Amino acid sequence: MDTPLFVNMEETVSIVLFGIGFTMLMLHRNLIKKILGMNIMDTAVYLFLAVKGYIRGRMVPIVVDGIQEVSAYINPVPSGLVLTGIVVSVSTTALMLALTIRLYERYGSLDLDEILMRAKEEERV
Amino acid sequence: MSRQRDDYENSWWKKFKGWVDGEVDLLAEGMEIRVPKTQEEGEWDGKPKALMSADKMGKMTDSQKRRGIRWFRRFYQVMSVFLCLSIIFVLLWTVAYLPAFGNAGNPDNNEVSARYIEKGLQETGAINIVTGMILDYRAFDTFGESCVLFIASCCVLVLLRIDEGKAGEKARKRLAESDDRLFEPKNDVILQKCACILVPLILVFGIYIVLNGHLSPGGGFSGGAVLGSGLIFYLNAFGFRKTERFFTEKVYRRITLCALTFYCLAKSYSFFTGANHLESKIPLGTPGAIVSSGLILPLNICVGLVVACTMYAFYALFRKGGM
Amino acid sequence: MSLVQNFPFFSIIIAMFSGIFSSVLDGKKARNLSLLVIVLTTGMSLAVLHFCVRTGQSYTYMMGHFPAPWGNEIRAGVLEGLTAVLFGLVMFFSVTGGMDHTAADVETSKQNLFYIMIDLMLSSLLALIYTNDLFTAYVFVEINTIAGCGLIMIRQIGRSLSSAIRYMIMSQLGSGLFLIGLSLLYDVTGHLLMSPAKDAVAGIEAAGLYEVPMLVIMAVVSVGLAIKSGLYPFHYWIPDTYGYATPTASAVLSGLVSKGYIFLLIKIFYRVLGRENVIASEIVNVLFVFGLAGMLMGSVHAILERDTRRMIAYSSVAQIGYIYMGIGLGTQAGMVAAIFHMFTHSATKALLFISAVGLYEVSKDQKDFRSLQGSGYRNPLAGIGFTVGALSMVGFPMLSGFISKLLFATSALQSPHKMLPTVIALAISTILNAVYFLRLVITLYTIPEESSENKREEPANEEEIPKRRPVLSPGTWKLHLAIVSFILLNLTLGLYSQPVVAWIGSGLAMFD
Repeated sequence: MDTPLFVNMEETVSIVLFGIGFTMLMLHRNLIKKILGMNIMDTAVYLFLAVKGYIRGRMVPIVVDGIQEVSAYINPVPSGLVLTGIVVSVSTTALMLALTIRLYERYGSLDLDEILMRAKEEERV
Repeated sequence: MSRQRDDYENSWWKKFKGWVDGEVDLLAEGMEIRVPKTQEEGEWDGKPKALMSADKMGKMTDSQKRRGIRWFRRFYQVMSVFLCLSIIFVLLWTVAYLPAFGNAGNPDNNEVSARYIEKGLQETGAINIVTGMILDYRAFDTFGESCVLFIASCCVLVLLRIDEGKAGEKARKRLAESDDRLFEPKNDVILQKCACILVPLILVFGIYIVLNGHLSPGGGFSGGAVLGSGLIFYLNAFGFRKTERFFTEKVYRRITLCALTFYCLAKSYSFFTGANHLESKIPLGTPGAIVSSGLILPLNICVGLVVACTMYAFYALFRKGGM
Repeated sequence: MSLVQNFPFFSIIIAMFSGIFSSVLDGKKARNLSLLVIVLTTGMSLAVLHFCVRTGQSYTYMMGHFPAPWGNEIRAGVLEGLTAVLFGLVMFFSVTGGMDHTAADVETSKQNLFYIMIDLMLSSLLALIYTNDLFTAYVFVEINTIAGCGLIMIRQIGRSLSSAIRYMIMSQLGSGLFLIGLSLLYDVTGHLLMSPAKDAVAGIEAAGLYEVPMLVIMAVVSVGLAIKSGLYPFHYWIPDTYGYATPTASAVLSGLVSKGYIFLLIKIFYRVLGRENVIASEIVNVLFVFGLAGMLMGSVHAILERDTRRMIAYSSVAQIGYIYMGIGLGTQAGMVAAIFHMFTHSATKALLFISAVGLYEVSKDQKDFRSLQGSGYRNPLAGIGFTVGALSMVGFPMLSGFISKLLFATSALQSPHKMLPTVIALAISTILNAVYFLRLVITLYTIPEESSENKREEPANEEEIPKRRPVLSPGTWKLHLAIVSFILLNLTLGLYSQPVVAWIGSGLAMFD
């Protein structure tokens, strides 16, 4: 099992990053760190995709000198997917940050448990 | 003894650990924030104090009210490490069986990417194959993506835009504005001189990236981000009063509306003709020229405008809750 | 290609365009545009359904000039048309029913933003239903998530903000898993469109390649979408989210959003991963177990809950459990039952949320369900609506819930290994459902106790409350229209279930 993991070194790294980001997003109490975790997770997926598009010894997919052979360029599809994905993650990050600002203004804390507790107390009063 | 403890207190490891745990801000000492001493000094102190007291209050409630929660959190930490490791393990197990990195014979290098590379230039007119792919072959995805940006900006508007008419809201606005004025470097000569030189360059570079999206690396999204950052830089150097002369919420709305409407109509035309096997009337032009590749250039411009405006709008909303 | 075949594309684009255009309209115009668009798209979906039933086959629609493995595509069949029609109806009546509350809960200057969310939500749901491309599905899943978050937090009270961020966190976890699943799938198949990807998967399975990656892909995609639709162990965001949003948002979120993800999951099972492969892997069993757990635990939580809206929300957890149990049975009949229950639940849950609004209006608007005592007399129509919804959830004959329970039971009989747990869980869950729903209904029709005690001092206590807030306030006809329509929808699904079930069956057959 060792060899394929080292052959796919880049995938291995991206998967480790994905796991870290996922756990941070799920279990960290601090909202800002949750958002950081979300970004790590998304970026890890983009790294994974970018790695998937790469082919050794080939060029970026921009036609040069009229050469249009498959053997000259890397796979363009993952690059396109990464482009789309980045915009999506920018949007969700902005939204989550805005929500965090509102919650901080209201409850004076970035700790999600704390916020939920205070929200419950506020309602009881 | 005590000396040693002092050393530990000052040691880098302690600071690093504290920084990782989010207790200490390593940069706090080194970072200078200029505080105008003329007015509202109390208010400036307000924020960090609130933060401190919130932290303390959090701890007090933890230790006093809910002792059980501490155990729960210990358990939580163990669980989180366990979960992280198990997810990584499962995915690594998968990676071990995936096709090898950088190999031309992998399953994803199939007829799909082959056609994009071999015929992309003739079919879309774009030299940059990635642009041709996202704006012509898979344009529906990209339209969806612009809508993601649009709806996210709408959500941020809902959350952060401060509207007139509410007493409580008004107070918030005042507070926000005063904060803003304090943190804003007012008439900073260095910044303004730099901005005078750099902002035109940045904007021109952004426009270049947008216009050359089909010829070279770049396109609407990256160019739009550059344009947006140029605008944000200008705003930082000269303040809201200057930017409001040419960029208000009305302008933002109009630009977004026009760009997205054009995008929507243009792509609807091409989807409709494509699905009904009609000939598209849009010429592709000579590959390599600026005005070529059919709809891709105008679409890139639209996307660039939307992205630039949205980036600027995000920044303005986060800073003072309006444009 | 006939004009009707363009309708799926038209309906998605119109909904999107109206969302974009609403950004320059004021609240009222945006609302009217939104209603118009919902009616239009529902009509178009109806035409698509009719077309597909008449021709008896599905069709794909190229989004652009390039055929299947290269360009985007959408696809329409009987099941897609049927789902789109039902979603459109539920959406329309939810928006109408909660209209006055939306106007009250949302700041005036931000009303148009609310309807932008509704429009884009509609377009993303339609796109999730019709899409034939995995990455399009991902993009529209994100639009759906963000629009859902917008609908929750637009009320801008503390609890709705905190529940919005919880919703966002859970959804992002789901999206992340879904996205990594798609990336892995793309890596081993090299396709993003569903039909060629399915061929590639079949080739892989036949050659016996990539067994581990395929298993993980199935697991990751299912878990990702299950988190987003709120399957039992991942349900923590549901009660807050549905309990504190504005009524329209609650009805739309509980009735439609989670169903969109489930529909997508079913579509991916059938059209990409291959039903046999999914059944051969143990994924369906996992979904089955979690579904059973959800059925029981959701109901238990609902019994322990005091707040009516949260009670209804926990009942959603139980109903999502039913749907996943049906998927987990792994038979064609189980899938039909799951989809039928999806429809039932959309119609019923929206009815419950909307009529709960009517009941709250005539009560003191407290959280505790006991404050609703006697409200069934004060707002008779809302009382009837709530009763019908509750009975349908419990499984009363003539109503749609009965049919779906019947379908679940019959499909369980066909799968011998899972028959016993399914039937037992169905029975227990029905009893638990009955406990809390009938408790609610009885509360509605109980005359408040203190009124009989205090009769001598305050003889007019019962009439006092309606006097304070008249039953027929000027806006309620919208609410009444919505309640009546939802009751009719429920009865239709219950009494004329045969064609619907037949359509679901033929639609599923078209998926292969």
